[in-house]
Amino acid sequence: MAKTYRSAVIPAPASAVWAVVRDFNGLPLWTPFVADSRIEQNRAPDQVGCVRNFRLKDGGRIRERLLALSDYDMSFQYEILESPMGVENYVAEFRLIPVTETDQTFAEWSAEFDAAPEKEDALVQHIGANVFAAGLSALKARFSS
Amino acid sequence: MIEAPVEDLWAILRDFNSHALWHPAVAASRIEGNEPGDKVGAVRVFRLNDGARMREQLLSHSDRERTFRYCILEAWEPLRDYVASVRLRSVSDGGAGLWEWRAAFDPPASERERLARFIRDEIMDAGFAAMRAYLRNLRSAPMFTPAPAAPAPLAGGPAEGVEVAVARYGGPEVLVLRRARIPAPGEGEARIRQTAVGVNFIDVYCRRGSFDLVSPGGVIGMEAAGVVESVGPNVANVRPGDRVAYACAPPGAYASLRTMRVDLLVRLPNSLSDIAAAGLLLKGVTASFLLHDVAQVRAGTVIVTHAAAGGVGQILCRWAKALDATVIGVVSSEAKAEIARTCGCDAVVVAGTEDFAAAVRRLTQGRGADVVFDAVAKDTFERSIDSLGPRGHLVSFGQSSGDVGARSIDRLASRSITLSRPNYVHFTDTADKIALQAQRLFAALEAGAVVAPRPKTYPLAEAPTAHADLESRRTTGSLVLIP
Repeated sequence: MAKTYRSAVIPAPASAVWAVVRDFNGLPLWTPFVADSRIEQNRAPDQVGCVRNFRLKDGGRIRERLLALSDYDMSFQYEILESPMGVENYVAEFRLIPVTETDQTFAEWSAEFDAAPEKEDALVQHIGANVFAAGLSALKARFSS
Repeated sequence: MIEAPVEDLWAILRDFNSHALWHPAVAASRIEGNEPGDKVGAVRVFRLNDGARMREQLLSHSDRERTFRYCILEAWEPLRDYVASVRLRSVSDGGAGLWEWRAAFDPPASERERLARFIRDEIMDAGFAAMRAYLRNLRSAPMFTPAPAAPAPLAGGPAEGVEVAVARYGGPEVLVLRRARIPAPGEGEARIRQTAVGVNFIDVYCRRGSFDLVSPGGVIGMEAAGVVESVGPNVANVRPGDRVAYACAPPGAYASLRTMRVDLLVRLPNSLSDIAAAGLLLKGVTASFLLHDVAQVRAGTVIVTHAAAGGVGQILCRWAKALDATVIGVVSSEAKAEIARTCGCDAVVVAGTEDFAAAVRRLTQGRGADVVFDAVAKDTFERSIDSLGPRGHLVSFGQSSGDVGARSIDRLASRSITLSRPNYVHFTDTADKIALQAQRLFAALEAGAVVAPRPKTYPLAEAPTAHADLESRRTTGSLVLIP
């Protein structure tokens, strides 16, 4: 089982950051790598069990199912149903924690998955840097301006 | 501990709107804005048996951990800052589930003990006991035993009946027959002794969970015919003994007895039997709004009808011919082609032996069709567009082969194609709309543009077989369940 983890401090109140990332269909709005996204079967993006189907800017298509969503903890979990990355049993979690002292937000994004042993290190690196860190940087940039 | 597989228990509890099905304190439950019961942020409104009302909001929900949390927004008691959680765990040695239900709140000190005792005894412990009974009832549902003889109902009181519920989303096997207490008709309602229940593809979508119309534990079915058994207060235009039918939401038609708003009922003409009515109304109303409201089919219009030997397909072909349209039917076998021809099709294409888009081009001298009626969706969508001529109209009104999925609309521009995705509900959700469609349908029946079907019938308990037959595409025409 491989694990990857990234975190960052976003210069904005947690409620503001949550309003952006809570939308399971909102990846094109805040990440730099998603071209378009839709929720299958016309479900609401905050309906647990809904499937987002999105296209990466490099052309790859990914389907992910929302497993859990909590407005109470400001967190959500999802799994990959289909992707070009060659991962299995992929479950990721996104979580926000308010930093009350400075009215900022601690954001963490992690995943656990299985992959072919020879590909594992490259995938941990790729997902950590090009997905999670890139997404968190984009969030920081969004709230810095 | 609940003596049931944790998956079964979660299938019921995960719906934030399921309490009215099993909890003895809850008389009715609905979700504001008709939102689904697994949407975080959804607000449920309970009417309790003693008449009190409360509102609760879903705060978090996890299928992975089988847990959800909610808070009270409004209650009749000072249950301040009330946050509760439900969590299920499976007990690995024995197939039972552990159900944890916790609540924390901040009542005035003088009320603390009374309220804590109330929540524990009347809400939680009573809920556990009721859920055990509910699960027992679901499992021991007399799936293939005959329905009990209908007892004479007490005047104005509840009555015994049977109904077919969706135990969980899935294949035909999730349909279970169970006994039910049907309440007395309320204000503006009638209770109907149903004699024939229509089977439609929308029921399959509800059973699979493709639509949000029915939650697990709920009763499916949109169409039935029967006799009014009793009426509620302030009902003037319908009387016990009247022959009626309906074909509209809310679902719940797979039952021997049910209540229904009288303004949604259609009075049956004497020439139409109950079985024919249950096989005709929903499909005929569909054909009526597709031909007249969604598209405007008239003399000379060239239409293509997929599944031309199916329930709606046959009516569409025959009715369109009566409007002097040119009709090209698409079917999946030679036997079905024969049926499509008897419905008046000018030409019939057997998919699989010939590409229908090329055939339509050939039959229209290269021009293409004006309207394509397509309820097949996934397998036919692209070629349906290819069948259309300039300013053609694709009416996608079902998805028997699966969702259309994400498509670019750019391709429509090459011939200025219009795409419609009508939903039955929006043409039948008020008394006026239903009356208009029924009037058109019965006039067409009178004029011979529509013929009464001779449906294949199944006992109500054999609803799973009827669904399997419908989905296998083995059937032609209508299927009807007999309670």
